[in-house]
Amino acid sequence: MSARKIALDQPESFSFSKESEKEIKFWLNKYPEAKKASAVIPMLWIAQKQEGWVSEPAMREIADRLDMPKIRVMEVATFYTMFNLEPAGEHLIQLCGTTPCWLRGAEDLKKVCAEKIGPRGQVSADGKLSWMEVECLGACANAPMVQIANKAGDHYYEDLTAETMGRIIDDLVAGKTPKPGSQTGRSCSEAEGGSMALTDGALYDGSLAKKVKLPNTSPKKEKA
Amino acid sequence: MTDNLRTIIIDGEEIDVPNHYTLLQAAEAAGKEIPRFCYHERLSVAGNCRMCLVELVGAPKPAASCAMNVSDMRGGPNGEPPAMNTASPMVKKAREGVMEFLLINHPLDCPICDQGGECDLQDQAMAYGRPGTRYTENKRAVEDKNMGPLIKTIMTRCIQCTRCVRFVTEVAGSPEIGMLNRGEDAEITTYLEAAVESELSGNVIDLCPVGALTSKPYAYNARPWELKKTETIDVMDAMGSWIRVDSRGPGVLRIMPRVNDEINEEWISDKTRFIWDGLQRQRLDAPYARKDGKLVPVSWEEALGLAAEKLSGNAKQIGVIAGDLNSIEELKAAKDLFDALGVTSIDGRQDGAKLGTGPRESWLFNSTIAGIDEADAILLVGTDPRLEAPVLNARIRRAWLERDVKVGVIGETGDLTYPFEQIGSGPEDLKGFGGKRSGFTKTLKDAEKPMIIVGMGALARKDGAQVLRAAGELAAKVGAVKDGWNGFNVLQTAASRVGALDLGFVPGKGGKDAGGIQAAAKSGKMDTVVLMGADEIDADFGKAFVIYIGHHGDRGAHRADLILPGAAYTEKKGMWANMEGRVQFNARAVFPKGEAKEDWAIFRALSDRLDKTLPYNSLEELREKLIADHPVFGGIDHAPGHATAAEFDVASIGEAGDMGTEPFRSAVTDFYLTNAIARASKTMADCSALKSAPHAQAAE
Repeated sequence: MSARKIALDQPESFSFSKESEKEIKFWLNKYPEAKKASAVIPMLWIAQKQEGWVSEPAMREIADRLDMPKIRVMEVATFYTMFNLEPAGEHLIQLCGTTPCWLRGAEDLKKVCAEKIGPRGQVSADGKLSWMEVECLGACANAPMVQIANKAGDHYYEDLTAETMGRIIDDLVAGKTPKPGSQTGRSCSEAEGGSMALTDGALYDGSLAKKVKLPNTSPKKEKA
Repeated sequence: MTDNLRTIIIDGEEIDVPNHYTLLQAAEAAGKEIPRFCYHERLSVAGNCRMCLVELVGAPKPAASCAMNVSDMRGGPNGEPPAMNTASPMVKKAREGVMEFLLINHPLDCPICDQGGECDLQDQAMAYGRPGTRYTENKRAVEDKNMGPLIKTIMTRCIQCTRCVRFVTEVAGSPEIGMLNRGEDAEITTYLEAAVESELSGNVIDLCPVGALTSKPYAYNARPWELKKTETIDVMDAMGSWIRVDSRGPGVLRIMPRVNDEINEEWISDKTRFIWDGLQRQRLDAPYARKDGKLVPVSWEEALGLAAEKLSGNAKQIGVIAGDLNSIEELKAAKDLFDALGVTSIDGRQDGAKLGTGPRESWLFNSTIAGIDEADAILLVGTDPRLEAPVLNARIRRAWLERDVKVGVIGETGDLTYPFEQIGSGPEDLKGFGGKRSGFTKTLKDAEKPMIIVGMGALARKDGAQVLRAAGELAAKVGAVKDGWNGFNVLQTAASRVGALDLGFVPGKGGKDAGGIQAAAKSGKMDTVVLMGADEIDADFGKAFVIYIGHHGDRGAHRADLILPGAAYTEKKGMWANMEGRVQFNARAVFPKGEAKEDWAIFRALSDRLDKTLPYNSLEELREKLIADHPVFGGIDHAPGHATAAEFDVASIGEAGDMGTEPFRSAVTDFYLTNAIARASKTMADCSALKSAPHAQAAE
């Protein structure tokens, strides 16, 4: 990974939206006035959720609000790789390139992304997409996978192939919302071809359950 | 902090050290050397360079000695005292490992690095590193950052010790430097590469243990081993900071701080540090006389003859004004000469400060500079210490930072780097302040050791004497002067001022002060005006004959009809009394330029021609006479402080009377251009331009 730099083209100004203000209020409430600088990470996160990235004016705004030096905010924003220092597309594809995903074909996904969207870190012409490579997102059982961040939230798309990856990108461009989760149709990370263990339906209907007396429960609650 | 001693074993020897010591301090107390890069005794502990690793007996891993306390050490299984080793094979290996990692990304450019020869990394690599390298990959390279006209950066050399970050955040109080990114991409920079705005920024150059931050004006000028080092004192402000002047041949090439915990600790201001290029420019290197409206070089013979002719006129029509940089000896020689001539219009206060009558305490910084560390409430009247004495301001900042000392301000100031309560802006507010029962008045009254600091902004004005009285009365009211504490302070801005006042370099009977001399000259009632390096005045003296004795071609010399070239503070031996009344010697680093002479010798030569020969033939004889006449100068390197607090009637200093309504404004408007040397310095001009238009320059 090379050094992250803030974007050369920066907007003139930045202001928090109404929804963001609500969230800011919630976070600032958590810290005493004298320690409000503790809210710097949530604040950066809110700014990123709003704009898709953290611009320099946003860092200044946050520094002003939290009464801390600008450089301290910039230190935090550049330290954590989850803060985008350059504009991102409406849908940001975060492609896992760590060993399990890489072994299962992350390189193919990269190729698809590069073909369909453009070079890494660049926003596509229509502004809808951009992609980046990230470190392990912890879904190794469903490798290879990407996380797609947009206004609707951050969702995992797992068990990808070049083909399914391409389809997801096409769907996003078309304005559709592809279904998150495994793209092979399996549930969570169950074995290929369906579950082979814990298949007995009785396990789930409560018929096998034994009554357990929990310690430290009030008799009143037990009665109910 | 309790001083509970604890017995520990260092390298097999038992030693008792205070419980709160770090292992590094304990090792130093035991006389063991611990290498370090990030640790600095005047900054917070970071613990990120790992060079100070030591072995704790019984612990599985080496520990960073700068970040571990003696009280946290564990004793042996049978109740033995805790033990650490600073020279065991494990420590040696650990240091070699750390050193190897530090050098992985450090360029091998020592031959072209300005830090070479005085580099911590170089020295410690020799002492604690492995003999060779095992690293064959590419080294990382980091882009250089702009940090303004003073600090040159070669960031590839940076080892991320973060001393500079901690210095500007903690001591200088302008947190502009930070470390961006992480891991091997970590880079030190200022926010958007803007110039560092602190007046103390140059100190990061000394703090940097490698050649990442070096002095921009000094770049590629010299190697440390070719320089002659002269230990002397500074005259840029009235603190008398201890400095070391490094010179080669006739040129001063750099100025560095020396440690003096009572004055400047180990910091100096940017003006003190970077003034040196001004010492080579605009110099008066030969006597000049005005002929047909133009200054032309003349011989000393002719110049002295002309001066003697002019000074032998009516003594009532002669005025003498001394500037801010004069040593006590030359003031003494001048005063002896003009007293003998019967001249009474002499003044050492070119700014018109209403000081100099009454007890000596009324113009001193009586709490002493180190006393700020004890003060528990500080009132600033008509002073902006950040501009007038930045190093002193850093001490006030520390008092706020470490002990939450409350600071109140009467007068107009800028950002002082610490929060303060604005009480008012002018004399009215000062008058009303003492009568109140709440707010900051109460804070000051309740304080055990209150400090009132009065600046030239309040005293160098028409009603200065009345303001001085009001401040004195206030000090008496809040109990600032008592047994064991003298909280009345005058913050002088001129290095020579205290010496001049102690010497009585003020108008004699019927004499005029600086303003009076100027007015008389303008109206034709003054024949001859002698300026002793007085450049901070409006140099309009009507038709009077102006003799300028000084070292720089500044305002005074431009107006002069006769110039007698003197020596700058690095070129003569002399004594200066700092704002505390501490008399200090300086030393000569280089010789005066060209035909210039030491100023006291000029007066001695002049006295010969006027048949009033001064009774001393050498500086030593002059000093003898000086101390005999004024015993106060005998207390070398000693600040009187609160010793005389009992006899000091603070309420009766100055003069009773009405004060004006003008707000107090700091005497220093442009920190970088306060004296003739600074105005001749290109570096200072750059800094000043940057300060007045920071955004235009930051984009370059």
